[in-house]
Amino acid sequence: MAKNCHNDLKMKFSVDEEFPDLSLHNNHMAKVLTKEIYEKLRGKSTPSGFTVDDVIQTGVDNPGHPFIMTVGCVAGDEECYEVFKDLLDPIISDRHSGYKPTDKHKTDLNFENLKGGDDLDPNYVLSSRVRTGRSIKGFTLPPHNSRGERRGIEKLSIEALANLDGELKGKYYPLSGMTDAEQEQLIADHFLFDKPVSPLLTCAGMARDWPDGRGIWHNDNKTFLVWVNEEDHLRVISMQKGGNMKEVFRRFCTGLQKIEEIFKKHNHGFMWNEHLGYILTCPSNLGTGLRGGVHVKLPKLSTHAKFEEILTRLRLQKRGTGGVDTASVGGVFDISNADRLGSSEVDQVQLVVDGVKLMVEMEKKLEKGEAIDGMIPAQK
Amino acid sequence: MAGPFTRLISGRNTAVLLASLGAGTMATGFLMTENNSLVAEAKKMLYPPSSDFPDLRKHNNCMAAALTPAVYAKLRDKLTPNNWTLDQCIQTGVDNPGHPFIKTVGCVAGDEESYEVFAELFDPIIKDRHNGYDPRTMTHPTDLDASKVFTPSHDLSLPGSSVHLSAAPTCVEPYFSFFPVSVFLLQITNGVFDEKYVLSSRVRTGRSIRGLSLPPACSRAERREVERVVVMALAGLKGDLAGRYYGLGDMTDKEQQQLIDDHFLFDKPVSPLLTCAFMARDWPDARGIWHNNEKTFLIWVNEEDHTRVISMEKGGNMKRVFERFCRGLKQVEQLIQERGWEFMWNERLGYILTCPSNLGTGLRAGVHVRLPNLSKDSRFSKILDNLRLQKRGTGGVDTAATGDTFDISNNDRLGKSEVELVQLLVDGVNYLIECEKKLEKGHDIKVPAPITQFRK
Repeated sequence: MAKNCHNDLKMKFSVDEEFPDLSLHNNHMAKVLTKEIYEKLRGKSTPSGFTVDDVIQTGVDNPGHPFIMTVGCVAGDEECYEVFKDLLDPIISDRHSGYKPTDKHKTDLNFENLKGGDDLDPNYVLSSRVRTGRSIKGFTLPPHNSRGERRGIEKLSIEALANLDGELKGKYYPLSGMTDAEQEQLIADHFLFDKPVSPLLTCAGMARDWPDGRGIWHNDNKTFLVWVNEEDHLRVISMQKGGNMKEVFRRFCTGLQKIEEIFKKHNHGFMWNEHLGYILTCPSNLGTGLRGGVHVKLPKLSTHAKFEEILTRLRLQKRGTGGVDTASVGGVFDISNADRLGSSEVDQVQLVVDGVKLMVEMEKKLEKGEAIDGMIPAQK
Repeated sequence: MAGPFTRLISGRNTAVLLASLGAGTMATGFLMTENNSLVAEAKKMLYPPSSDFPDLRKHNNCMAAALTPAVYAKLRDKLTPNNWTLDQCIQTGVDNPGHPFIKTVGCVAGDEESYEVFAELFDPIIKDRHNGYDPRTMTHPTDLDASKVFTPSHDLSLPGSSVHLSAAPTCVEPYFSFFPVSVFLLQITNGVFDEKYVLSSRVRTGRSIRGLSLPPACSRAERREVERVVVMALAGLKGDLAGRYYGLGDMTDKEQQQLIDDHFLFDKPVSPLLTCAFMARDWPDARGIWHNNEKTFLIWVNEEDHTRVISMEKGGNMKRVFERFCRGLKQVEQLIQERGWEFMWNERLGYILTCPSNLGTGLRAGVHVRLPNLSKDSRFSKILDNLRLQKRGTGGVDTAATGDTFDISNNDRLGKSEVELVQLLVDGVNYLIECEKKLEKGHDIKVPAPITQFRK
């Protein structure tokens, strides 16, 4: 992508003239951005031409919600996190529980370090899933990349995924090429992702040129799924029905490592550094980029007065079964880890495994009419 | 196993740069301060224009019809003085493949210079959209003299009239053979429609402020500057044009409700044709509505263009609507010129606006008209076509008609002057009304001969 629009000509206007009106806004970017920071950063751009105005556009266009704090900014390339650190470090700290610019992030994809996780009660835990994202070094990110780059990412991904075998052997379905039959099957499997409609994504430029260069890969067993060029270069998902999170996590780690080997061979490894872990488009997904979770039936616990507090203490979050920004249906919740940065993959999945196990036991107690006050955990 | 990427990034100086694109922050820090242009060059080599050429196989818009790999290769790396690129012009057309029945334009200008720098793409698009108008060889006439329309001395056969007027008698002839002479004279002298049929009359156009980028490209400061320039000028309007500005972000609930009731309020664009062209950024910053106290002259600031100027009133007095339109526009132009600003205009393309479809006059003159019988006649579309008119629903573009009331307006924008287009609309609407009256009485109607285009 060429040098971005206006970088030079915008500079003839003063900071006051250019500074966005954030008076009605409630997102991390709006909380952090001051005129001083803006003045310091407005003349800079990354080598690929991304500017601070590009970083914040989605946050300016989406004032946010009084109850839900969105991030309000995106990275256009790996270098953004360095060039715009005066803005992004405080946002990262806000979003990731005080993570400091000097902190180091631990990566641990050794599934054998996970304790338990194979005994979640399938009467309550309907399905288990672990997802993360990966960015390919040497390419700019979805808010910024050109069609040529996006196609390059797709091409590399197809090559890498074609090398998977055994339980991971599978097939790639490009979004623009699939037949009606294939599309219906992918919808029935709940695998198909569609053009983003959320303005959080569209205002960040992530839907450009849709569906060029986008696609879905999954293994024949339908337990390992990769999205190409949606909100990140790659989204990697391991899932299965029931409560065997251990198995899901094993497949997750194995698959990721195999894919990474192939990308590395092409001198296009994953974007990673020891401070921020895996680099992804949204600062909220830095670190592990991992969301490990279950669909679990908690009709009684979810109506308990202390439900939210229990979740907070367990470092978990709830969502509806449609994913982010949906409501729960029939007492079934999507429960997953809240943290991404500052703890490892194993740590985060461990929290899910232990936390869900505890909550299922609480649910069983409530079914019997017993109190659960003694079971409420300390803050993890 | 080495793919094209390893081949390209190995063994050359650029390899060092490219590897360091992903090498991490220290190398990047060096790169950033010293070698941005080197990085850009390396990138161009790694991604030739062919790798970036959009997939337009399913597309039906003017841009997709005009953009060839050769044109793309020539223009991809060019920049306007504002650093606006071809990819940014065409993004909306790539993202919106279009409809088999409706051909959208599929590209926008980011600034005045876009039409020049990317002329190899815009010229064929303009030709396609504006009936063969060739910006390289033709000139566009601007005429905002309202007195020229509807007056008895408006003799269509006078020698020395604009060449475009020679088209008009073709429109008139069918009337002659068909209607009594008195009706013919009435139509020419008044420009006031029968209010049994015409419910409202309206003329709109757009104007851009020279020296500031257009809505797809403008920064917040530029957009605020447009607002400042325009609002300051409008404050100088007097008499029947005196009015008030309502900033979209500042208006009270009461003001907002009133503007909604008046059908004046415009909202954040939801059409992907506009959002994919980056026109909704920073909403509602520096957007607003100005209107005169009489609510007959209205200006939208920073919606799809720097300004949209609208003159309107209930009823059929198009003559008065157009007169006020011309007067208001001239006064606004004078007021901005006093402060050293001017409108974007040139003699090839007339008034420069964001969408190529609005070049020339940017003028849409129209009425809301009841045509219960004519609209059911199978010849309705053909009649409109030949009169160079278009129909829309009463909600505006891309809406369906409610009941029998249609929004009827001129099709053309470029190659004919404002006076010519309004005359065309007046003549056409009168013809439609006469058809309606005929059908009411059970008489038959005739499809008029097509009005010719400008001379090629």
